[in-house]
Amino acid sequence: MTYDVAIVGAGVVGGLIARELSRFNIKVALLEKLNDVAMGTTKANSAIVHGGFDAQNGTLKAKLNVEGTALMPVVCEKLSVPFKKNGSVVVAFSEKEMEHIKVLYERGIKNGVPELSIIDQAELRRREPNISDEAVGALLSESAGIVCPYELTIAAVENAVTNGVELIRNCEVKSIAENADGYVLNTTAGEINAKYIINAAGNFSDELAKMVGDDSIELVPRKGEYYVLDKSVGNLATHTIFQCPNEMGKGILVTPTVDGNLLIGPTALNIEDKDDTTTTPEGLRDALQKALKSVPVVSIRNAITSFAGVRAHPVNDDFIIGWCEKSANFINVAGVESPGLSSAPAIAIFVREILEEKLALTEKENYTDTRETPVRFRHLSDEERAELISKNPAYGRIVCRCETITEGEIIDAIRAPGGARDVDGVKRRTRAGMGRCQGGFCGSKVVEILARELGVPMSEITKFGGDSKIIYERTK
Amino acid sequence: MEKRELVCVACPLGCPITVEFDADGKVSSVTGNTCKRGDAYARTEVTNPTRMLTTTVKVEGGKSYVVPVKSANPIPKGMMFECMEVINKASIKAPVNIGDVVIENILGTGVDIIATNYAE
Amino acid sequence: MLNYELVVVGGGPAGMAAALEAKKNGVNKIMVLERAETLGGILEQCIHTGFGLHYFGEELSGPEYAGRFIKLLEDTDIDVKTDTMVLDVASDNTVTAVNKKDGLLKIQAKAVVLAMGCRERPRGALSIAGSRCSGIMTAGTAQKYVNIDGYMPGHEVVILGSGDIGLIMARRMTLEGAKVKMVCELMPYSGGLTRNIVQCLDDFGIPLKLSTTVIATHGKDRLEGVTIAKVDDKLQPIPGTEEYISCDTLMLSVGLIPENELSKNSGLQLDMITNGPRVDEYRETEHAGVFACGNVLQVHDLVDYVTQESQIAGVGAAKFIKGEKVTGDCVYTKGINGVRYIVPQRINCKTDGDVKLYFRVGAVFNNAKIIVECEGKEILSKKKVKLCPGEMEYVIIKQSVIAELPANAEITVRVEA
Repeated sequence: MTYDVAIVGAGVVGGLIARELSRFNIKVALLEKLNDVAMGTTKANSAIVHGGFDAQNGTLKAKLNVEGTALMPVVCEKLSVPFKKNGSVVVAFSEKEMEHIKVLYERGIKNGVPELSIIDQAELRRREPNISDEAVGALLSESAGIVCPYELTIAAVENAVTNGVELIRNCEVKSIAENADGYVLNTTAGEINAKYIINAAGNFSDELAKMVGDDSIELVPRKGEYYVLDKSVGNLATHTIFQCPNEMGKGILVTPTVDGNLLIGPTALNIEDKDDTTTTPEGLRDALQKALKSVPVVSIRNAITSFAGVRAHPVNDDFIIGWCEKSANFINVAGVESPGLSSAPAIAIFVREILEEKLALTEKENYTDTRETPVRFRHLSDEERAELISKNPAYGRIVCRCETITEGEIIDAIRAPGGARDVDGVKRRTRAGMGRCQGGFCGSKVVEILARELGVPMSEITKFGGDSKIIYERTK
Repeated sequence: MEKRELVCVACPLGCPITVEFDADGKVSSVTGNTCKRGDAYARTEVTNPTRMLTTTVKVEGGKSYVVPVKSANPIPKGMMFECMEVINKASIKAPVNIGDVVIENILGTGVDIIATNYAE
Repeated sequence: MLNYELVVVGGGPAGMAAALEAKKNGVNKIMVLERAETLGGILEQCIHTGFGLHYFGEELSGPEYAGRFIKLLEDTDIDVKTDTMVLDVASDNTVTAVNKKDGLLKIQAKAVVLAMGCRERPRGALSIAGSRCSGIMTAGTAQKYVNIDGYMPGHEVVILGSGDIGLIMARRMTLEGAKVKMVCELMPYSGGLTRNIVQCLDDFGIPLKLSTTVIATHGKDRLEGVTIAKVDDKLQPIPGTEEYISCDTLMLSVGLIPENELSKNSGLQLDMITNGPRVDEYRETEHAGVFACGNVLQVHDLVDYVTQESQIAGVGAAKFIKGEKVTGDCVYTKGINGVRYIVPQRINCKTDGDVKLYFRVGAVFNNAKIIVECEGKEILSKKKVKLCPGEMEYVIIKQSVIAELPANAEITVRVEA
């Protein structure tokens, strides 16, 4: 199979690039080494859309963050992904830290961040009643928001696939050869030919670049650990609450999620193993202790789960986006750490513009830029529910009790373009298994539905692809 | 003379019992129990321990893949795994009713293996 | 809108017993709503025996015990809808439910019995460090895979928590050919019945490691092992005691939580200890006409007690529907000094019978005394050779004693070691 463009990596960056390129009359493949999209850094981060005052003026990070944050509400609406403009506060705990808040404010204004202001203790308390008494003031960034990063990616890929992009899973690139026509990618899913390659391989983008002789990308894998708290305490914070960075580090954030949970994290630990998403007792303790500094009423009793993510910290501290210097038709999109999620919609456009320098793009006639809104039974009125079930009885069976997810929604998630292939995939698309019981009741039901829809025995269903089997052979 | 320490299961108290018996299994003393039931439990436990066996058996031509079964009466404790082997090879045709005999007189124990649920 | 005198939410042992008892006491129109495809609740997957010793005087398996009540129910005109999920119980006792056949159901009820049972505490709440690999599941989930679906959930198993489900699964997995390496228990004592420790662990040489917990899981895709460690008297892992145990499955049996999402959504306050609604002697919640019984009210160790409690709720609902249930002033109960909680939390002063107070203790006591007092006076005391947290205890308070207590008085129950 020969493609015009092969995008390597189906995270939020690769997914949104795929969607952007699906507007044009070119053949695009989106290669993902795992069983689903959004499985790397994308699925385990702070889920924050930053204002854009953090990055130094003049950097790619600063430019793309401010542009991306402005685009985010539009993209989310088109893709029918929940986005909440809840605003963020960077809290100062001393007058000395207030000085730094002023520096951040100045930087933000230079970067072009809108709706930025400095607020005093009284205003901070009015906005965040649970904030620590030690907080003296904050930088308020009202353009900041929260979004679910994997939901955004899933929606973007679904939209891209609908527009003709081919998603190829379990497709790990092992080596790349160059010939007169372009590239031959030797992958775990066979040989793939492409004229252009876009390297959106996240933590592995340095290794992919090396396959075409480019060893200029220097990444440090950095692990962050998080706690997720029950929805019953999701209202302990309204804004995303950052701590003013000081000599002790960047601090821990406390934020509501777009689904109504409370998220605490991340820690920051440089590690060797890029796949090391294990949580540690020390990391989790650290996250909690630091979170208490901002919101002292946070309690571990309300934790429903914890997780860790690995982000690719570029040694030069800025995104690395542009033509590779060692190979003609290879674009690097590397080192996309925070504010990568915020920047992703702008990165997609930026990368397309770069590609256009060499590849002429003409717009498709039948391109659709929206994704059909998935059924969300839990958000419907009784009348809407009744009507839905009369059309399709599968919406009348609740599979996940904690989150009120119906069989119909699970089937939709599996059948959607680029749909779920495993239990975690169903969970990320529907929230089945994400509630208080963490899949205790519905886990086996989801396995059953996946097996039926995919036409395989239950014992072949995995948690997240690979060898992550849920069950083994028959007992009898 | 042999000695065995047991925890009585006749009631929730869980008395620690010591039983002494000779090579032929003849019990000479039971100590530590606080009631008669404890004495009886200890004697059976060292001479002829038995257990209820519960597991599942394969269903043929039904909606369910397996149906639960039990030994109608306790079987010798030492024969549990042998009985499992026999049960694992057996199957029963749907529909199944509670009490249906799946295996008669399993391994000559005089105990039947019976279904404990319905299966369509 | 359908109209029923009584709607029972849940068709497990609690719901069935409450419905049957209400019927026996003269309630005409009863509807039982069950979310699973069959009645019986969790008993359907509890294929081991030991159920019914108190209630039937026989040693039945879970499905057999449930089967008896299902038969009784079939012989009545009680309506049953299975595969039906209740979404809401409104303040006017309107029940909203959903299923494939009827779509959205609205039922106006005079009285409602909440009998949703309980669920297992998941891993997240425990915060075991490590990866998010497959092979970590609650013992109940594993039980469903083995007993209902007929699949092996793993081959080399470590079980965390010595609650009865964990012990039962240790034997079950062993019988099916798996190697159960150990059962770890955080506390210095087991939460399970002695009988289960003997017959599920000792019989098979499975070690029970007390004051031990799992601190980390290992494995990228499927679980490859766990790290266990001894804990100190504050239940914190002791550095230097870590040990790696290879296994492909970690089963969690670390406690049960009443499933009270519906109760909470309808505005019921929950007891901090039981995690169930606060009820009177007929198991009526603080919401008139809404009753609760079984594991949704307090986690029981024996289904026989669930049945008994649910029959009380059934009688209460019948009295309420017929306008015969006593109301007015109450006295309140409180567990102190070793008694963790008491159900019921309140008793009507004019109650029409003796009242059993059910409770659990917080630690193991030998040769102890249970003392019931009110306003400084001892109402009764009872000697117990042994008290342990795993076993529910009760004392009976005479109607005549209750009648003499002043309104709003507090009855305390305590342990004297």
